[in-house]
Amino acid sequence: MSTAVRVFIPRETTALSLGADEVAGAIMREAEARGSAVDIVRNGSRGAAWLEPLVEVETPDGRIAYGPVTTGEVPALFDAGFLAGGAHALRQGAADAIPWLAGQTRLTFARAGVTDPLSLADYEAHGGLAGLRTALEMAPAAIVAAVTESGLRGRGGAAFPTGIKWKTVLETEAARKYVVCNADEGDSGTFADRMLIECDPWLLIEGMVIAGLAVGAEEGVVFLRSEYPLARMIFTEALGRAREAGLLGADVLGSGRAFDIRLCLGAGAYICGEETSMLESLEGKRGEVRAKPPLPAVSGLFGCPSVINNVLTLAAVPFILAEGAEAYRDHGSGRSRGTTAFQLAGNIRRGGLYEAPFGLSLRTLVEEIGGGTASGRPLKAVQVGGPLGAYIPAAKLDIPLDYEAFAEAGAMLGHGGIVVFDDSADMGAQARYAMEFCAHESCGKCTPCRIGAVRGMEVLDRLRAGAEPEKNWRLLEDLLEVMEEGSLCAMGGLTPQPVKSVMTHFAGELRAK
Amino acid sequence: MTRQSPSKTDFDPAVARSIIAEHVAEPGGLLAALNALQARFGYVDGELIAPLADAFNLSRAEVHGVISFYHDFRDRPPGRHVVRICQAEACQAMGSRGLTAHAKEVLGLDFGETNAGEGLTLEPVYCLGNCAAAPAVMIGETVHGRVDATRLDMLVAACRKGVRA
Repeated sequence: MSTAVRVFIPRETTALSLGADEVAGAIMREAEARGSAVDIVRNGSRGAAWLEPLVEVETPDGRIAYGPVTTGEVPALFDAGFLAGGAHALRQGAADAIPWLAGQTRLTFARAGVTDPLSLADYEAHGGLAGLRTALEMAPAAIVAAVTESGLRGRGGAAFPTGIKWKTVLETEAARKYVVCNADEGDSGTFADRMLIECDPWLLIEGMVIAGLAVGAEEGVVFLRSEYPLARMIFTEALGRAREAGLLGADVLGSGRAFDIRLCLGAGAYICGEETSMLESLEGKRGEVRAKPPLPAVSGLFGCPSVINNVLTLAAVPFILAEGAEAYRDHGSGRSRGTTAFQLAGNIRRGGLYEAPFGLSLRTLVEEIGGGTASGRPLKAVQVGGPLGAYIPAAKLDIPLDYEAFAEAGAMLGHGGIVVFDDSADMGAQARYAMEFCAHESCGKCTPCRIGAVRGMEVLDRLRAGAEPEKNWRLLEDLLEVMEEGSLCAMGGLTPQPVKSVMTHFAGELRAK
Repeated sequence: MTRQSPSKTDFDPAVARSIIAEHVAEPGGLLAALNALQARFGYVDGELIAPLADAFNLSRAEVHGVISFYHDFRDRPPGRHVVRICQAEACQAMGSRGLTAHAKEVLGLDFGETNAGEGLTLEPVYCLGNCAAAPAVMIGETVHGRVDATRLDMLVAACRKGVRA
């Protein structure tokens, strides 16, 4: 009897949403019927959403990929001898060599889709824990210095230098400090946090432990949005296994240092991705934003100094410690160092997660890598950076993807979400939606945001209906200025961005047709 | 991960009180208690505001303020199947507005409404993180990608038959 062939079928939200479980079931049944021995591994996803479900078969020539696989194709795949890497229309060749994947620089997502997300042994076999082991030999200030030198900036969207934040927490004396991970990934067009947690939860755990060592915190908290049930399940399981393995607990890897992580769930409020609102939520209150100062680094969760970082920021840290600050810093452009996870979403032919150094142009990413629109219709606009990000028209996509270049263009990179719209999009409706979303999600604490969003919807409705266009246009401009200048946080302060971009580039669509 | 939202005809104050008790000692435990209550019963019964206030040493107004702040918390039982359609930009770019209109029509429901006889509830959701396979729909805890009207009809039919979609 021949040994079982290892077949990898992702267990990740997007792959599952396209039928990965059903495909796994069909392969199992077909293998049984044909007397073929298969060993199905539920890996994470490599992030090529356009090829999901992407099934990989382990062969002497490496892992051969087939995708997108449907249950209906399964018998034909067996007929084609896919268990030995046989030819078939869905055969993509060696998974590592698929151009869309091979063109990426995977520092953070190096293991996503390669390993079994629940196997710590797999994680270590693929280079995991090397950063933590290095950090355990270092003084806290040296860890902070390495992170500073790497040039790493907050990946949640604000792009604040991580090392500076950590230094503040390290230097603030307190009996108790926290490492808080912001996994409230609410921006439409973003899914990198979810993917990281579902596909390589150990990396986040490792990054948080290192952050704890760096600033002198023994408690970590992950605030995960409720819309991610699979991420919740996988991370809960990983935390349990990490404790069993001594990666978390009173004696991290036998070092005598303590660190543990608690998982907390949100309850469907976009604003809780704002860090101070998230703190309120973690304290069991309404998620209303706090005025700053004090900075959370000085007085954060329960009044204690707190490092608050996005999932991807913390997940970038193990590489920096393992390979050195320079290895990370060597990637990127200008003051945007390292790689970031671009997320190609919406109406795009080859959507998914694309990790690359900063500096790539938006046009290359959307047109060449993403292959243009999924509908095949002309591309009209791209919204970058979530619901608070500007709509960039097709003619202006030649912007390098780095923080400063985007700021100069009146846009923002945010969390790296890139949502493509074809020419059927009604940009007036998109501008109105920006206000609608702000009205729906405003925490209500400050007036410009709470009232401004509602007034914004009304003015846009009047404009689009053709009522007193000049007067309402001026009123809208005035309102946007008040929201920008007067709001307490980025929700009210940045909602004008998408609206203004429509006023600038698609003014005709804000007039009655 | 394919769990349905639990059947919510079984509200039991004694069970609710024990769930609350489990979270009292937790720092910031009110939100965790509310999440646990909703996971168990599908909604947070108004009757629980007083015991929650007692347990967490808050006023009833404060507890109500927390419950009403978060979109997830329902004040009445949903149907056996909660159908949530993503309304955010990536899904809009792939036709979620039309899909939503279609869903409202075939279900005969507006957002937030329940057809008790069929056990179906329709809700909006703002991003499921499935933006590269839009439009996305979540039924129970299962996410479905690239859902068009035909696929939605099939999913709804499966719910109506009581089969797992």
